[in-house]
Amino acid sequence: MYPSRFRYEAPHTVAEAIRLLAAGGDNAKVLAGGQSLVPLMKLRFAAPELVVDINNLPGLSYHRADPDGTLRIGALCRHADLERSALLAGTQPTMAAAAPLIADPIVRNRGTLVGSLCHADPQGDWASVVLSLGGSVVAEGPDGRRSIPMTDFVTGPFQNLLAPDEIAVEAVIPAAQGERRGGYLKLERRVGDFATVGVAVSLETAGEVVRRAGIALTGVGASTIAASAAAAALTGHSLTAESIAAAASAAAEAARPRTDHRGSAEYKRHMVATFVERILTRCSAEPAERAA
Amino acid sequence: MTGPGVAGQETGAYGAIPRKEDARFVRGQGTFVDDISLPGMLHGAILRSPLAHARIISVDASAALAHPKVEAVLTGADLAGRGLAWMPTLSADVQAVLATDKVRFQGQEVAFVVAQDRYAARDALELIAVEYEPLPPLIDARTALAQDAPLVRDDVPGRADNRVFDWNAGDKTATDAVFATAEVRVGCDMVYPRSHPAPLETCGIVAASDAVTGRLTVWSTSQAPHAHRTLYSVITGLPEHKIRIVSPDIGGGFGSKVPVYPGYLCAIVASMITGRPVKWVEDRSENLMSTAFARDYHMHGEIAATADGRILGVRARVLADHGAFNATAQPAKYPAGFFHIFTGSYDLQAAFCEVTGVYTNKAPGGVAYSCSFRVTEAVYLVERLVDLLARELGMDPAQLRMRNLLRPEQFPYTCPTGWQYDSGDYPRAFALALDLAGYQGLRREQAERRARGEYMGIGISFFTEGVGAGPRAHMDILGLGMADGADLRVHPTGKVVLAISVQTQGQGHETTFAQLVAHELGLTPDDVEVVHGDTDRTPFGLGTYGSRSTPVSGAAAVLAARKVRDRARLVAAATLELSPDDLEWLDGKWRVRGDPDRGAGIAEIAMAAHSSLELPDGVEGHLDASAVYNPPNLTFPFGAYICVTDVDPATGEVTVRRFIAVDDCGVRINPMIVEGQVHRGLADGIGMALMQAIAFDENGNCLGGSFMDYLLPTALECPSPELGATVTPSPHHPVGAKGIGESATVGSPPAVVNSVVDALAPFGVRHADMPLTPANVWRAIQGRPVRPDLAVS
Repeated sequence: MYPSRFRYEAPHTVAEAIRLLAAGGDNAKVLAGGQSLVPLMKLRFAAPELVVDINNLPGLSYHRADPDGTLRIGALCRHADLERSALLAGTQPTMAAAAPLIADPIVRNRGTLVGSLCHADPQGDWASVVLSLGGSVVAEGPDGRRSIPMTDFVTGPFQNLLAPDEIAVEAVIPAAQGERRGGYLKLERRVGDFATVGVAVSLETAGEVVRRAGIALTGVGASTIAASAAAAALTGHSLTAESIAAAASAAAEAARPRTDHRGSAEYKRHMVATFVERILTRCSAEPAERAA
Repeated sequence: MTGPGVAGQETGAYGAIPRKEDARFVRGQGTFVDDISLPGMLHGAILRSPLAHARIISVDASAALAHPKVEAVLTGADLAGRGLAWMPTLSADVQAVLATDKVRFQGQEVAFVVAQDRYAARDALELIAVEYEPLPPLIDARTALAQDAPLVRDDVPGRADNRVFDWNAGDKTATDAVFATAEVRVGCDMVYPRSHPAPLETCGIVAASDAVTGRLTVWSTSQAPHAHRTLYSVITGLPEHKIRIVSPDIGGGFGSKVPVYPGYLCAIVASMITGRPVKWVEDRSENLMSTAFARDYHMHGEIAATADGRILGVRARVLADHGAFNATAQPAKYPAGFFHIFTGSYDLQAAFCEVTGVYTNKAPGGVAYSCSFRVTEAVYLVERLVDLLARELGMDPAQLRMRNLLRPEQFPYTCPTGWQYDSGDYPRAFALALDLAGYQGLRREQAERRARGEYMGIGISFFTEGVGAGPRAHMDILGLGMADGADLRVHPTGKVVLAISVQTQGQGHETTFAQLVAHELGLTPDDVEVVHGDTDRTPFGLGTYGSRSTPVSGAAAVLAARKVRDRARLVAAATLELSPDDLEWLDGKWRVRGDPDRGAGIAEIAMAAHSSLELPDGVEGHLDASAVYNPPNLTFPFGAYICVTDVDPATGEVTVRRFIAVDDCGVRINPMIVEGQVHRGLADGIGMALMQAIAFDENGNCLGGSFMDYLLPTALECPSPELGATVTPSPHHPVGAKGIGESATVGSPPAVVNSVVDALAPFGVRHADMPLTPANVWRAIQGRPVRPDLAVS
């Protein structure tokens, strides 16, 4: 690896990290798991002058549920922690389905969910999952903390709403209204490949009625796409073959895929519909919190 | 795993012993080129063209030269001043070392920076200003011969088009006659896409030029160190005895480390200029974008048969994309390699193929990735054609193959294009594969699944390779005949050092060759040290590729050992005060006929040969011996492969459920190493069939320039293979062995593709080109296949 020259700092407090970032301005980057930043630096696609390694910051490796069911994921919680999490396996079917599909075991050992959200890669899996769950990102800067809904957080490909002197310290998934069902499906040409297409579906149901639905799409647009019309088609109804087909079709319509070496736009759109239909069909067939 | 009734198998020193070299590799103590560090060593980096085709207006390196850590910058103009801007390729074309006039592919070498460390060398690349005048690139090989195609090689005086060569083999008239009267004819266009061997170790060199002694020492990732030494001498004018090439441990080659690359020459020149050692090691993207690719054959094949399934003939027209420079590495007489073995494993009346090579604005290469000199493409073509014929006839593809396979009594068999297959029992190997697979049961399962709307495929490939190049009367590279030497030194205590001309890149030479010699001399493999990869310490030979090590160099080692044994007999006779005729070689010793308890082994005899013992007239002391082996023919390994896949028609995803591989490579010296080679080759084949291709967009941008886009299969894509073996010894190899290094890479892709196409038969799919990615399979189901060599449209 032969990156451009850069300065490296590894502060021990969030305040110090923020001070360093403020001084570094637009030319500073936060290093958490490093699974995206380091390859970009290797290829010299990214050439930050300052890298602020936050791995020494204490108390950010957690993922835990508040008493009301709100899920909080710290900035240093690794994909592997989530993959092995009994908490997620029992309460978060969409997240539990996505965690083992993130890249490969080596990446999962180091990479972080919050880092993946910040990286804002249109092919990133977690952004779709968190978006489908109505989640948010907590940013900390010189003036304290603020919460940014995931719907606003990603502003474009590889772009987010963070100010240069802010650090994303936590991702938050709100408590469910009812029982969770859902899943994440990803088409890859080989294990560990970036998603050709990924689909996250998160439902909150009361009895058979869908009280809240979130559908988000990976890899089929310039950013993660919230398929709001598809979700709306499900809300307030029970899952039927007709509502599933309507949601699949609406999701495919929301996709903005481009033809590339992973497949044609037409194929990717078809895959969106296929995956929405597959996840929802499983949701309708399986008990709550078990569908994936 | 041993075949039935094999003489010599699993006896003596043969057998599945652990590899001697693994003791250092599993400890991380191998020494690869990038591990070599010399005092005062500098580091090189290459500036590469971002464009596929452009005229170079200017190259300004002044800012790079001003960098405090930069020691030198080489440009094409600098090399031209030394007569080194161009170098000969292994196919007698020329290739730019550093571009002077034009760049002809994305990633082509433009300048070489030499700096005090690698980081500074990379930084300085960004300080070199190159002004390009973009030219229209030639990307689609099928348009290369059009009137208005951009001319790639205007450096060659008088060249008016992009044709590299026209070549053919077989009897056109006879073949056309067979086709004209055949009851059934089936044809198909198929692409064997450009792929890349992607060895885990990229290419690299440490060049150390000594101005005082005039010696040049090169450590490099070379599969052919002796050939490289001769080539460097020819290119640079340095006397050959002043050049030493060392290939230390090599992390995979697969043919891609046979050529001399521009970076090697740049490092050598830079060392001469600076007087200091210069290291250059390319990164992954450089490796994928600029070193020898494989395949890139656009084929039209036809097969003719009787209505009841007797195959009569095959013919093929091929457009071969050679990239910007014709730099394939193969015997000079065969510009399309051994493609004309495309008659396969069948008893045919006639065959004819014609191959046209073209230049395009892509990286040079073509013969790499364990291809047995294009046997890969040939086997793919004929095995797809046989499946297409089976479909046309409504016959089971296994039955059709069994009906047409060559019969054991037909060997040695001369095929319609002239190859003489040395030995084979094809029906036996095929029957074993069908049995291991449970073929009839699989067909029943397939029918049941189809009834449930599930798509399962069963694909067969039966292949014959010709490997072990080769007879020097017919086979040379740049005039160097393809014979190999072996030197055997027997120390007084009977321990042996074998020096060989071939170079392991992971094949296990240090073990297999020790077993070969030990077996001949009644020693253990631990008694034999194998020296290789250093031209100062080993005899001349052309190196390891094309599965030639055991067929050629292995034979040389055996012949040298037999010379030792013959001399040992004379010495033993003198020791025992008997006539040599009174001795016979039995159980690893020279023993007295009729009194086998009396005798001497090599260790005792070696001590005697070095002692004060009076030797008979004409018998030299010591036991050392040398041999050069000029193979009388290639060896022809073969195999029967069956692949079972499951296809999800909604997503196009293919799962390889089972892979059954029966290989016959003659006598197996170390069956474990043979099986390891087969495992590796099956992974290669699954990778090529399902995910690998170096495609280009319309501007000539390489779409496979990293492991994010050029995909290597993992354990999750490769099933645990089910292996079987038959053993049909080669009649002309001293121990009956044939090459195995490439069999599985050659044989497996058509099995996978035949399996997927078989799964998709209910959709009316006749053919789909590799790689069968989910998107490509889905398009095939739609009846709208895509060109895998171009960006998806």
